[in-house]
Amino acid sequence: MEALISLAVKAVFVENLALSFFLGMCTFIAVSKKISTAMGLGISVMIVQAITVPANNLILNNLLAPGALAWAGFPDVDLTFLGLISYIGVIAALVQILEMVLDKYFPPLYNALGVFLPLITVNCAIMGGSLFMVERGYNFAEATTYGISSGFGWALAITAMAGVREKLKYSDIPDGLQGLGITFITAGLMAMAFMSFSGVKL
Amino acid sequence: MAQTRREMLIDPLVDNNPITLQVLGICSALAVTSSLQVAFVMSIAVTAVTAFSSMFISMIRNQIPGSIRIIVQMVIIASLVIIVDQVLKAYAYEISKTLSVFVGLIITNCIVMGRAEAFAMKNPPIASFIDGIGNGLGYGLILMLVGVIRELFGSGSLFGITIMETVNNGGWYVPNGLLLLPPSAFFVIGLLIWAFRSWKPEQVEAREYKIQVVEAH
Repeated sequence: MEALISLAVKAVFVENLALSFFLGMCTFIAVSKKISTAMGLGISVMIVQAITVPANNLILNNLLAPGALAWAGFPDVDLTFLGLISYIGVIAALVQILEMVLDKYFPPLYNALGVFLPLITVNCAIMGGSLFMVERGYNFAEATTYGISSGFGWALAITAMAGVREKLKYSDIPDGLQGLGITFITAGLMAMAFMSFSGVKL
Repeated sequence: MAQTRREMLIDPLVDNNPITLQVLGICSALAVTSSLQVAFVMSIAVTAVTAFSSMFISMIRNQIPGSIRIIVQMVIIASLVIIVDQVLKAYAYEISKTLSVFVGLIITNCIVMGRAEAFAMKNPPIASFIDGIGNGLGYGLILMLVGVIRELFGSGSLFGITIMETVNNGGWYVPNGLLLLPPSAFFVIGLLIWAFRSWKPEQVEAREYKIQVVEAH
């Protein structure tokens, strides 16, 4: 349990997907102009991340890993090279299913998050979460914790960023730096702030 | 065709750069630039994937039904990335370890998807191939620039060859450790964008609010 809490804290603050691995940067920059939209996207990412990382973990351990197909009578088969295409397939399919489920059973939530869901399929944070899970060899419990907390970290970062940008638009910025340039520098300063968590261990 | 092939190749380098103007594919641009060698390999990988995925998607563009085109594009891109990944693992294992997840993330790199959607779906294969190379090179250009700045000033070397002897090795240069850490990538790209836009003022974004001097009553 302690290990899981430590993993969660690490995934939210120290190894924040947006600010220390730069994942999901395209959407991070493009959709962080208003706090409300940023928060909506953040929550969608968190939900999708919490579902796809454990789902990909199950697929990896039961279908793709070397020897995982032993139950079907193929103990020597190693399908890990199919990893990338399976993960992106799982992500695309799950996002589609989530969209349909929300539409059918939770219309208010669908209206709030609907526009962001297609964007999420190509969000590198989601794919990155699954790939980190594979690279670090998490088990199912760790994968679930990592999925939820890394999604939360991303949501936290984009909401904070939107808060800064809402104020920033009133300031007098040199012409060439206007827009994209100053956004990058702001993100850099935020990344430095997040780095100060790097000594934290539970 | 509105553009000649030459323009198609040159245009994305500065005038329509995928990173500084179209805001595409920033994730990996930031993450893999702490050393030049890695940035170089990444640029080649992205250029190859963008060029070939644009070409293949363009070849079958008239057969893809509109409703499932994203999935079709994804499958083509993912297959190409798997090939790149396997090639890197076979011939450049050390670099593929350093790149870790970022090779896989070429799949979700917006440049590849963006060009497939915006260009390859409407244009013939050869033009799409050239457009893919152009955009890949535009991406590579920024990656190399950031890589040069970060590696030269962060560890005093280029491609792992020492240019400025650091103090630790008995030289004179005190390396700037910040440049090897993630936040510096944001600063370097932010400043590069500033430089690009000062050079080409037409790329400057319009302000949402203007500051006006109001006379006191």
